[in-house]
Amino acid sequence: MTLKPRHRRFLWIGAGVLVLAGAVSLVLNAFQSNLVFFFSPTDIVENRAPQGRAFRIGGLVEERSVKRESDGLTVRFNVTDTAKTVPVVYTGILPDLFKEGKGVVAQGKLGPDGAFHATEVLAKHDENYMPPAAAEALAKAQGRMADNRAVLDQAAKSFKP
Amino acid sequence: MSEFLAMGGYGFYVWSSYAAMAVVIGLEIRSVRSRRKTIVEEARLTVPEATTSLFPRGHA
Amino acid sequence: MASINWFKYASPVTFFPLAGRLIPWFAWMAAILAAIGLYVGLVVAPTDFQQGDAYRIIFIHVPTAWLSMFLYVVMAIWSALALGFNTRVSAMMAQAIAPTGALMTFIALWTGAFWGRPTWGTYWAWDARMTSELILLFLYLGVIALRNAIDDPRRADRACGVLSLVGVVNVPIIYFSVKWWNTLHQGSSISMTAAPKMAAIMVSGMLIMSFAAWFYSIAVVLARVRTIMIDRERGAAWVGNLAEVKNA
Repeated sequence: MTLKPRHRRFLWIGAGVLVLAGAVSLVLNAFQSNLVFFFSPTDIVENRAPQGRAFRIGGLVEERSVKRESDGLTVRFNVTDTAKTVPVVYTGILPDLFKEGKGVVAQGKLGPDGAFHATEVLAKHDENYMPPAAAEALAKAQGRMADNRAVLDQAAKSFKP
Repeated sequence: MSEFLAMGGYGFYVWSSYAAMAVVIGLEIRSVRSRRKTIVEEARLTVPEATTSLFPRGHA
Repeated sequence: MASINWFKYASPVTFFPLAGRLIPWFAWMAAILAAIGLYVGLVVAPTDFQQGDAYRIIFIHVPTAWLSMFLYVVMAIWSALALGFNTRVSAMMAQAIAPTGALMTFIALWTGAFWGRPTWGTYWAWDARMTSELILLFLYLGVIALRNAIDDPRRADRACGVLSLVGVVNVPIIYFSVKWWNTLHQGSSISMTAAPKMAAIMVSGMLIMSFAAWFYSIAVVLARVRTIMIDRERGAAWVGNLAEVKNA
């Protein structure tokens, strides 16, 4: 079977791209663990985070956990992935979007006290964008849904023998 | 107006971004235009080949 | 449509005047859409509930970031056609796209930094999304540098074509990085499979700006490819017969 030079060239290009894609996927697979930008509280509690060196922790700032110390600069808060929670201590200025219930990524080390001593705190915001009024309405609607669910749960329980 | 420029306190970041975009587009258009001028000038100085030539000379 | 012979435009002789006719059209579309998009983005669209007005950077960040990836794919396709069919116009188009792609990547990175600082608290972080976009900038710069390093244009076409094709694997990595790995960068607000996670007016501002950036890129790439054609075909009869070369 003879191929036109043009077709042969295409075959070579196709083969090259395929081989390359394979190589890249292997490399990516190998690098998977090194490309981790942050570790979750569960990773840390289960000792999957690096020991003895700085790393990043990522999760949500637990509601009602942010406490400022009397020096006005040191902040303590808990980072949670809703399964596990790790306490964080940080001295410095927090980003504008740092908020309870919102995402956070902190760089630092685990202290002997079990708390994560952060040297840098970054806010990780989500991909939702809407005007403040819409956000309020949404929060209200979700609140109502939660209330409804509570009522339904209550009702469901009362039907149980 | 000053409220618009302030961008709720984020004016520096917002306008730095928009200014960079404007500068880059301005520079790109200018560079394409000036390059074209030089190239057309150079092409004018190149003696054209005979119209029967099948193989245009690549640029040396 | 079927009656158009596309191979007719595979020659600079026919492509050059066609590009010339298309440029003003795309340039005006870009200007008009940019004016509308800026008005919608900066004036009409409301402020954001968590980021305040800092989010308005999205109206240039997302269009340029999309284009930085899209232009790379288009450059790689032209390169593949050039390698496969040995057509001059394809190679010239690939050559013309690289600088605009590099600029779009630069703007995406720059605006990202100026967006990250007020929202995340940092201009830069080595997370997968940002690192892979930086690699994209280096790929564009590599293609441009390689082109300038090789004197023979046909050899430069082949070398740049191969590099462009090799680099195309980076594009899906950029796009899916926020899904595949933990990143500081948030996920996509707009996707093919889900409803946008943005208010409608914000989405429309972003889409209008994207079309503006798209048309701008087409116009500037066509203008550049015409310059490249005169440069590389200099001495050919058709270049000598161009009005601007004859009468300038």
